[in-house]
Amino acid sequence: MRKMLTIISNVLRASTKKNGARVVVSSRSYADFTPQASFDIKGCDLHRLEEGPAQQAVLTREEGLQYYRTLQMMRRMELKADQLYKQKIIRGFCHLYDGQEACAVGIEAGINPTDHLITAYRAHGYTLTRGGTVREIMAELTGRRGGIAKGKGGSMHMYTKNFYGGNGIVGAQVPLGAGVALACKYQGRNELCVTLYGDGAANQGQIFETYNMASLWKLPCIFICENNKYGMGTSVERAAASTDYYKRGDFIPGLRVDGMDVLCVREATKFAADHCRAGKGPILMELQTYRYHGHSMSDPGVSYRTREEIQEVRSKSDPISMLKERMLSNNMTNVEELKEIDVEVRKEIEDAAQFATTDPEPPLEELCNHLFSNDQPLEVRGTHPWTKLKSVS
Amino acid sequence: KTSAASLQMTVRDALNQAMDEELERDELVFLLGEEVAQYDGAYKVSRGLWKKYGDKRIVDTPITEMGFAGIAVGAAMAGLRPICEFMTFNFSMQAIDQVINSAAKTYYMSAGLQPVPVVFRGPNGASAGVAAQHSQCFAAWYGHCPGLKVISPWNSEDAKGLLKSAIRDDNPVVFLENELMYGVPFEMSEEAQSKDFTIPIGKAKVERPGLCCQISHLHIQLLLSSLLPSQFQVINLRTIRPMDVETIETSVMKTNHLVTVEGGWPQFGVGAEICAMIMEGPAFNYLDAPAVRVTGVDIPMPYAKILEDNSVPQIKDIIFSVKKTLNV
Repeated sequence: MRKMLTIISNVLRASTKKNGARVVVSSRSYADFTPQASFDIKGCDLHRLEEGPAQQAVLTREEGLQYYRTLQMMRRMELKADQLYKQKIIRGFCHLYDGQEACAVGIEAGINPTDHLITAYRAHGYTLTRGGTVREIMAELTGRRGGIAKGKGGSMHMYTKNFYGGNGIVGAQVPLGAGVALACKYQGRNELCVTLYGDGAANQGQIFETYNMASLWKLPCIFICENNKYGMGTSVERAAASTDYYKRGDFIPGLRVDGMDVLCVREATKFAADHCRAGKGPILMELQTYRYHGHSMSDPGVSYRTREEIQEVRSKSDPISMLKERMLSNNMTNVEELKEIDVEVRKEIEDAAQFATTDPEPPLEELCNHLFSNDQPLEVRGTHPWTKLKSVS
Repeated sequence: KTSAASLQMTVRDALNQAMDEELERDELVFLLGEEVAQYDGAYKVSRGLWKKYGDKRIVDTPITEMGFAGIAVGAAMAGLRPICEFMTFNFSMQAIDQVINSAAKTYYMSAGLQPVPVVFRGPNGASAGVAAQHSQCFAAWYGHCPGLKVISPWNSEDAKGLLKSAIRDDNPVVFLENELMYGVPFEMSEEAQSKDFTIPIGKAKVERPGLCCQISHLHIQLLLSSLLPSQFQVINLRTIRPMDVETIETSVMKTNHLVTVEGGWPQFGVGAEICAMIMEGPAFNYLDAPAVRVTGVDIPMPYAKILEDNSVPQIKDIIFSVKKTLNV
């Protein structure tokens, strides 16, 4: 920080010398920024809870800058993926997360790295917050050997430590997440599992089966419904008899949270995590959020909603703008510092995209590998009887 | 002190012993399923285990297969070693997405980052008088899928040794038992009585060497019965996937004939796969007659005893097929 300010003031000093004019500079020294501030955040609607998360959140300068960087990285990464998809360098399914960044960033801020997380197919953002690099995420999207899953998984099947994907079958990840929570409880490690699903998946039977078992067995599972108002092309009103997703857990306490505000999400997640760690069993959070893109890259996203609606969310509720305004108006940072971050983010994305487009595809010799873990090599049947393919663990 | 002689043990008790030993050996192993704990198991396979190991290790589930199969897979992903019991494999159809898409494919999709050490076990195939919805054989269904190991044990030694191997395996295993075999006693050798007795997955066993090659998946007992001439070689597949083609090929190259026997339906079945593999491999040139399959009748299983008896392979069907193959 100090170094950056020194650079800026050196540059400005140099330019002042050059043309002799006086350059108005808003150069602040490190000590001038507010180290932390308290913000009022929207209250949560509660279900079977006496009280909810605090309606005030404290944000330090460091946290703010870190959230800003991650939000921006996520946004730019998804937009770059959009670009690459349109250039046909990414193929197949590509479900973009832009607009929903506050959810992934806020959740990660409310849990520990040793906690666990699982989500569905709109997973690039979570792969990033759970430790994946932009480089390996993008290279996975382009199907290269440097991808996080060596090119074998693609957009919907990315994994990191304590992050179980990336799951393509709608709703299937929810019982899996409860299973991870069961393992946490079984091994007595005070860890929990955040299990995400969308408003579309929320009507799946297996989710209700999971609510039942998670509750019966008091599993440390935070169920989170990311309600972005549309399950593919079907609005929530057309899919669900009850759109109060935070109440759908019935006997499971629930809260409905402003998913566009990273601080709201963080405080709610901390609240939910405390609930689980206290051994009270599962809890359910509905994050009200919005995706700017269509369901996937094959969906323009405007046949079932208006451009005006999308534009209104962008202008009034964008998570990055909201954080930026908060920090600027409280003198926690300045425009130059944020721009500096933007430049760094842009560079990292460009480098990653460069890598993702130039890294070679996986070698054909590895086609059949990774069928079984910890096993002898085996022969695999190819397309005809004369192909001899080999698989190693 | 008398030396451990071989003793008689039912398949049920062998399965029970396998699970007991593995639960004792590794704390990460646990059993979940309907009625496995306080009821001692719908077919009493898990008798006594809940009393010994308690609620944490032996877990009764509600009747929600898709949910608890998914929970088992998730627990395996996070480091435990679950045994997920389906009361019968017919109910596994409700959960089959979790077995195939969440368990079988994950190690591959993650390029080796995420193993799934889970065992799905339970009775498979025909029983007695339980009618169409409770009698289906799933060997071909699960045997079709890469990423799964599929086991079909016959006797008590098979049951114990293969279940122990399945539990110790770091991959998803579908373990197809058979209810009619649970109560049948077999001799357990001294070796099989050991706590470390395992049988390797993927190796077939020649139950009886002889001149003619047969393979069975369930009906070995019929084949080894005294009714069948003793010169017929009987191969017990033991594992459906990965299938031990070499043992079958070696046998065909020696005996020149092949008859497969299974309880499941004929189309797209285990026997069909064996015949195709033999045709494509070196053993084809040694066949003196086309390989044939003896299978269940291609109908949903009826209820009335006379109808049910005539829906599954009987010893007379096997003898008839063998004689036709040998042209005698």
